[in-house]
Amino acid sequence: MEKIPILRMGEFLLVTIQVDMHDRLAMTLQEDLTSRISETAARGVLIDISSLEIVDSFIGRMLGNIAAMSRVLDAQTVVVGMQPAVAITLVELGMSLPGVRTALNVDAGMELLKQSLNGHKAKKNVRRT
Amino acid sequence: MSKGVQNSQSTGLHDVLSGHEAAILDDWIREMSGETRRSDLMKDSELRAQCSRFLALLRQGVASGSSDLESAAWQPAREQLADVSRTRAQQGFTPTETATFVFSVKKPLFTLLREQTGNDADALAAQLWMTSELIDSLGLYTTEMFLKTREEIIRRQQEEMLELSTPVVKLWDGILALPVIGTLDSARTQIVMEALLENIVKTNSRVAIIDITGVPTVDTVVAQHLLKTVTAARLMGADCIISGVRPQIAQTIVHLGINLLDVTTKATLSDAFALALQRTGVTLEHSLKVA
Repeated sequence: MEKIPILRMGEFLLVTIQVDMHDRLAMTLQEDLTSRISETAARGVLIDISSLEIVDSFIGRMLGNIAAMSRVLDAQTVVVGMQPAVAITLVELGMSLPGVRTALNVDAGMELLKQSLNGHKAKKNVRRT
Repeated sequence: MSKGVQNSQSTGLHDVLSGHEAAILDDWIREMSGETRRSDLMKDSELRAQCSRFLALLRQGVASGSSDLESAAWQPAREQLADVSRTRAQQGFTPTETATFVFSVKKPLFTLLREQTGNDADALAAQLWMTSELIDSLGLYTTEMFLKTREEIIRRQQEEMLELSTPVVKLWDGILALPVIGTLDSARTQIVMEALLENIVKTNSRVAIIDITGVPTVDTVVAQHLLKTVTAARLMGADCIISGVRPQIAQTIVHLGINLLDVTTKATLSDAFALALQRTGVTLEHSLKVA
């Protein structure tokens, strides 16, 4: 069965969607990702959708769901590289994905993840002292 | 009306047209010399050429015996009238002036028809009625063509304005600005949104400033379109700042109950630019030169 690879990069998980998403693939990704997060104790998830050209409301909702699930598992989610057409479609569908953080490209997304993680650690240190 | 009667009537008009063409032309041009002539817009020789060509084509149409303007016999006459309307619309004639071009041929035609028919009142009435109907429909056709040309001009100008009014400018590395001028309707929002998003990808910009100084009024529809653009940019990973909010617009937005809480707004473009620089991690310093 078709699967979307989930790569581990230090504390983060990297998901690159390079095929057209269909509903079953999205559900599989959701399951795989949540189990990988708990296995690896990842602190951040980066989803690159720069090759994704077609979205529907289901995929939009799935992106929101993945972000929410990761947050429950204490990992930040950043969606990067959304195409203009995809962004317009999601907005027209009324899905503004309020809980999802976004960045222009993988570089910026990594930066964002590291920043928020450092902020997190800094807060902990403050509490300890 | 039987076919025979119609033919005899057309023959009357046809005889008049072919027998007295020069006289009709002179009378007609004299008829048009009033206020609707507009000699400032068109030369006498040009008008004369138009008139004589129209008379020739009119005769050709009448000769066919058909009173249906859509038929092939009237095709050249229709084309010429369309041409006349088109040039007159572009030259700045009013609809009345353009329609009068056709309607003013009635008087010379009627005068000649009366002379030719003599004392037969019934025949004259029938002739006049037929001619009048024909000229009326030609006049209406002219007006219709005139309006069509005007609409085309308006549509073209609208398109040109649409293209002119959506520039996306790069202010700094990673900072884009979109000055919106004029009212935002759905069609324009679509173009503005696409232009902005495409430029965000192309220039890899983290911050986009939408300046609405040139937007005359903000109602719920415009606000909704702005929010859509901001949300789409956010989905792509860029921050949006709305700048150029005038006091009246701020009042309207609050009175209408529009929620702009999730959007950063600034009063002027320079404030927004300062914030954008700060967000991209650029600091500016004044360097004072000591003389």
